[in-house]
Amino acid sequence: MNVWQFFASHRVEILAATREHLTLVLISMAIAVAIGVPLGLALVTHPRWRAVALAVASIFQTIPSLALFGFLIPLPFLGGIGTRTAIVALVLYALLPILRNTYVGLTGLDPAILEAAEAMGMTEEQILFRVRLPLATSFILAGIRTATVITIGVATIAAAIGAGGLGTFIFRGVAMVSDAVILAGAIPAALLALLADFLLGVLERRLRVV
Amino acid sequence: MLTRAHEAVNPKRESPNLTQPTIEFKDVEYHITIMDSRRILSGISLKIHQGETIALLGRSGSGKTTMLKLINRLRNCSSGEVLVENQPVRDWDVIRLRRRIGYIIQEVGLFPHFTIEQNVCLVPGLENWPAAKIESRLNEVMQLVGLNAAEYAGKYPRELSGGQRQRIGVARALAADPAILLMDEPFGALDPVTRAELQREFLALARKVSKTTVLVTHDLREALQLGTRVILLDAGRIVADASPGDFLKLDQEVAREFITASELLPGAAQ
Repeated sequence: MNVWQFFASHRVEILAATREHLTLVLISMAIAVAIGVPLGLALVTHPRWRAVALAVASIFQTIPSLALFGFLIPLPFLGGIGTRTAIVALVLYALLPILRNTYVGLTGLDPAILEAAEAMGMTEEQILFRVRLPLATSFILAGIRTATVITIGVATIAAAIGAGGLGTFIFRGVAMVSDAVILAGAIPAALLALLADFLLGVLERRLRVV
Repeated sequence: MLTRAHEAVNPKRESPNLTQPTIEFKDVEYHITIMDSRRILSGISLKIHQGETIALLGRSGSGKTTMLKLINRLRNCSSGEVLVENQPVRDWDVIRLRRRIGYIIQEVGLFPHFTIEQNVCLVPGLENWPAAKIESRLNEVMQLVGLNAAEYAGKYPRELSGGQRQRIGVARALAADPAILLMDEPFGALDPVTRAELQREFLALARKVSKTTVLVTHDLREALQLGTRVILLDAGRIVADASPGDFLKLDQEVAREFITASELLPGAAQ
């Protein structure tokens, strides 16, 4: 059976897996953004924590993804088999690019602009929300874009701990030694990644200030 | 209340402008520590009176920009003190102090995500001026710097030329009607023609608004043209303090170097 025949005969199943995959990615990204962006903002006013926060986020990224899923399974509350564990792992993965880009975007502005803001008597909070944040938006979005593309890929591994998604086909295909089945998972995942990259790229350019 | 009590015991006091400097440096020293301690400024004492335009002249690294930043506390002096309106700057609420001081820098520092109107009206907005007053102030300061408010208000800084941006920088610094203007090489990044044009306009403007101004420059001609008093800094110390007319007659070594390098001869100040 070639890949197109497999697609045709399993389209309902593939579509359901794609939807599952997308849900996994969206929930994980929403949580990662909700943690990463405010944390990045906080690091600007509390620079002492910068090294620690970025180091911790980097460590999560260095753990091989399959191992991370495995480590989480025995943990109470966060762990176990299924979607919840997968989301925790995906959030930990997505955190670094979001946190790093938020922090770098907020602090890497033209010093002349920051000095002018300070010299005009803006408070630290006013500088953060009226100057730093609007000017860093497209940079932060670039981090979210990177994280989204990574998450769509890593989410395929979530099938290994029973979280479903497009990875289901990939693992099944590997077990069956069937390229057609692997591709049934891999192609939609790749298309999702490309689509997300394109859409977020458009948004990023639209929000760029200079 | 303090001022009144002071006046009562000192009835002979002349106009406060003559006796009380607007800005005063008292034996100021500033050093930074990177690998070892490096002295940027030392033994700086200076009184700047209301309405004066002080040209702080010096080579790169002479400490002139640092001296400027000590006034609005972008830097804090290591020892000695800086007074603004008779109050040590460290006793000022820093936000209040800065909103009373207009600041203009070479790179302009306009906010790229703000329109010209938002840029110019920032400090009045932060100070919660009523909208109508902000509106009329916008028109006023834009007129002062020779730009049509209606035409430019909605534009973004990137749509303007370098000279126009610099004018907006001046308008923004003037917007909240500060008593003091600090200018850090405001005309440095401009082409010679635009620079000469803006310098001429600045002279006219300075007469009109009569602010106490401190202007940092490394250009002797600019210092002589715009300053009512020229202070020469070298390696963190004041080495000369003269009127533009007297400056060219100085025998001081660094002053001579500047005069020779600028190809100016005594008497050429006008």
